[in-house]
Amino acid sequence: MSKFLEITQLVKTFPTPKGPLTVVRDFDLGLKKGEFITVIGHSGCGKSTVLSMIAGLSDVTGGVIVLAGKEVTNAGPDRGVVFQAPCLLPWFTAFENVMLGIDQVYYTASKLERTQIAEYYLSLVGLADSMHKRPGELSQGMRQRCGIARAFALSPKMLLLDEPFGMLDSLTKFELQDVLLNLWQRDQKTALMVTHDVDEALYLSDRVVMMTDGPEATVGDILEVKFPRPRTRRQLLEDPEYYRLREYLIHFLNERSHHRPGKNGQPALAHA
Amino acid sequence: MNKFKFDWLILPLVGVLIVLSVWHGVAGKKIFVTDAAGAIIEEKRIGLIPDLPNVVETWTSSLPYIKEPFAKRGEMDQGILRFTWYSLVLVAQGYAIALIIGVPLGFFLGLSPTFTKMFDPLIQVLRPVSPLAWLPLGLVLFMRAGPEAGTYAALFTIALCGMWPTVLNTAVGVRAVPQDYLNVGRVLKLSRWKMLTKILIPATLPYMFTGFRLSLGISWLAIVAAEMLTGRPGAGGFLWQEYNALIYEHIIFSILTIGLVGLILDRLMSLVEARFKATS
Repeated sequence: MSKFLEITQLVKTFPTPKGPLTVVRDFDLGLKKGEFITVIGHSGCGKSTVLSMIAGLSDVTGGVIVLAGKEVTNAGPDRGVVFQAPCLLPWFTAFENVMLGIDQVYYTASKLERTQIAEYYLSLVGLADSMHKRPGELSQGMRQRCGIARAFALSPKMLLLDEPFGMLDSLTKFELQDVLLNLWQRDQKTALMVTHDVDEALYLSDRVVMMTDGPEATVGDILEVKFPRPRTRRQLLEDPEYYRLREYLIHFLNERSHHRPGKNGQPALAHA
Repeated sequence: MNKFKFDWLILPLVGVLIVLSVWHGVAGKKIFVTDAAGAIIEEKRIGLIPDLPNVVETWTSSLPYIKEPFAKRGEMDQGILRFTWYSLVLVAQGYAIALIIGVPLGFFLGLSPTFTKMFDPLIQVLRPVSPLAWLPLGLVLFMRAGPEAGTYAALFTIALCGMWPTVLNTAVGVRAVPQDYLNVGRVLKLSRWKMLTKILIPATLPYMFTGFRLSLGISWLAIVAAEMLTGRPGAGGFLWQEYNALIYEHIIFSILTIGLVGLILDRLMSLVEARFKATS
């Protein structure tokens, strides 16, 4: 089985005044095409660092990241990134923010076509009526909708989501998870999302990657989530399996995340 | 509402009144010494500082210049707004040069640590130098420019002194552009030009406008020095000329005019600055 994204022996070291600090070490992960994977772990464990290395925003200290057969060396629009803070440029409207990327990627298309792409994705995320507002006039949730539209509109090879709903209240978060799932199902994009929300991970993903705590964080365990798609929140909540998986993840975060695998005899992979 | 009026109208007026009374108190007064028959034998000034004109003298002597603000009675005898206009035109030119040089310089400093290490110490040395010190150098530089040498020297001085706040604030602004915005540009693989026009410049604008406002203030400071030394007609040239003509009332009048114009310029720039900060 060929992997669409293959991460091998990834290492990230930051220089600090006290000498180099290894944040991530021996991180291995493969994603199949069209798969939705979440990486879960405690804050500061290095999961966002892994994501920003895949995005090409942070240099790789050691190891290799291969996306669709090509090694990742720097940032590019073939990876749609949804940042934690939506990172919209405040001097542009929602529409202009999306257009900035579209102009880069679809530079051969006509102005009309490009406008249509932007409008299409903005209306898919529910911003049809407010696409000409600036981020300052939009709520947090609407800004992140725009961030999602911007990432999808570039039709990237894969999506990278860095705790995209971390700053939202739970109701808005639920809405946006559904917006994301809809778009993801429509486009069949390979997606990797970083989160610390157990329910979010189970609702969205095919597999949940659990990371051990830093420094020298790595993959502690991987959980298969086999609920049929399309999923509904309700259907999950009625399934006893959901609570078993949830318990498993929470147990990992509470107890096992503090140890690197192997050292204390935990299994490297659990079968859920 | 009442409290509001008290704060911005009554209290400042009280302050002005206090200063005016102190000034009037220490200022001189003209008296006539008469002989027994009542004929004037001598005219002299008394007071703590006899030669300082008092409030009334200053007011009556300045009135013609205010009443006919655009009059032109001679090269150095013109209405005060006409003088101010001359000064403003020169400042505008020098200020424009300062911005045209200052903004790119600020961007280079903000973007390149090497450039900063190379030139920042020099800038720190040149920045505190007074306009009065630059002007003679300007005169030397443009000595062969003929009758316009004074104008060029004045522009040189205004531009050089006025430039620094723009340079430094732009540099700070460029360094303060949030990494998130730069990441957006990197993810989209924006060209250098787009990175500059779509991200760096908009993100730096609020800082740049703070620099522009401070630069305008300094340019206005420099104009007075430039006019005094070159003898150009203008608010500052008038001041120096009246000192030489022993009409001391007009020195105070000029100072007040220069101050008021400076205040108005600063307020106008603040308005523009606030607009830019609001939209970004």
